[in-house]
Amino acid sequence: MSFDAAGTPLLAAENLSLTRGGRDLFSGLSLQVARGQLWQVEGENGAGKTSLLRILAGLSRFGYEGAVTRAVNPLYLGHHSAVKALLSPRENIAWHPSGEADYAQADIDDALARVGLYGYESLPCHSLSAGQQRRVNLARLYLSNNPLWILDEPFTAIDHAGVAALQARFVEHVAEGGAVLVTSHQVLEVDCEVHRVVVGAGAAA
Amino acid sequence: MNAPGTAGFFLRLLRRQLVLALRRPIEIINPLLFFAIVMALFPLGLGPAPDTLAAFAPGVLWIIALLACLLTSESVFRGDFEDGSLEQLLLSPQPLYFSALTYSTAHWLTTGLLLALVSPVFALMLNLPASAIPALAASLFLGTGILSLIGCIGAALTVGLKRGGMLISLLVLPLYVPVLIFGSAAVRGAVEGIPVAPYLAILGAMLSLGIALAPLAVAAGLRISLDA
Repeated sequence: MSFDAAGTPLLAAENLSLTRGGRDLFSGLSLQVARGQLWQVEGENGAGKTSLLRILAGLSRFGYEGAVTRAVNPLYLGHHSAVKALLSPRENIAWHPSGEADYAQADIDDALARVGLYGYESLPCHSLSAGQQRRVNLARLYLSNNPLWILDEPFTAIDHAGVAALQARFVEHVAEGGAVLVTSHQVLEVDCEVHRVVVGAGAAA
Repeated sequence: MNAPGTAGFFLRLLRRQLVLALRRPIEIINPLLFFAIVMALFPLGLGPAPDTLAAFAPGVLWIIALLACLLTSESVFRGDFEDGSLEQLLLSPQPLYFSALTYSTAHWLTTGLLLALVSPVFALMLNLPASAIPALAASLFLGTGILSLIGCIGAALTVGLKRGGMLISLLVLPLYVPVLIFGSAAVRGAVEGIPVAPYLAILGAMLSLGIALAPLAVAAGLRISLDA
């Protein structure tokens, strides 16, 4: 685990401003995500949450003002699940293009079991439901050593029990010294401090 | 920020691409079928006289191989763009240069290499002299590698567009031209009894240049396409 080098923030943004289609989505937005913090990005539909997350993750590199510094490449889960329908859950994780590590098969099966995919490891993903396909992607949260998670609507298509398990995982990760930045319209039910950043019109942030 | 196991990652990525291709065999068969169909049309258009066909065969075979590569190159990054895999690839701590090279290699293995392997059969159907067949296979073997690398540049630049099909042809065809010239010249040289080694050497040099530079362009193209 590479979580122990405390001190500098994992992710810092200064004075971010973004205009899309003539509309100011946000301006003068600053935040510092340190180890051990859970951040929730809030805002209405179309407020610019995903745009903000793509900027913070480093996927959008132009077209905005301000500066972003990252201590590490984040583990980013976006709207698209990056799950290949023709591959099994096990293959999807083992050959994942994010290339974070060469996981042992036992670890992969363990992570898949923890997201409720025990018994589905070697079925092609096109035979899984939408929620199960999202869960394949979420299994990475049980494998990765990456301290910084940027998650865009991770609860989409996930059932109640799954959402609770996921929130418990966030708390665990934060307690281990990681950091989580998440967008969701749901209220996070976690027993740790949630830092909030509000995006969009009428935002007092 | 190099993650450990870089070589292992590219082998896994290559394996992923090849397994994906094998589970959709139609995409591997399509270019071969295209090659066969178009080639079957030439005797109908040019007349079945064996001498005429033999005279046109080097150019015809190379042009069809080139078009088959062009047709398939559009889809290299399409699926991975749509399902978000490319975002993950860009955020990967692994060098994007080698990832781009891996995608090109996978494309070549599933189109160019197969075209080079089956080309002798088609060459016989067009009455190409048997002495020119090794030159044909060798020139396609090297040349399609260059075509895959160039095609990936076009694919990376147009992957974010809804209909990039025509644009990719415009971007890529000018770069294909030198490969076509030297590739078909090698086969014609073999028919006329001229040494083909110089042509193959030029193709090899172009391939080396392509391996060195094309992945840089592909990486930059992918970053631009995903920025939107």
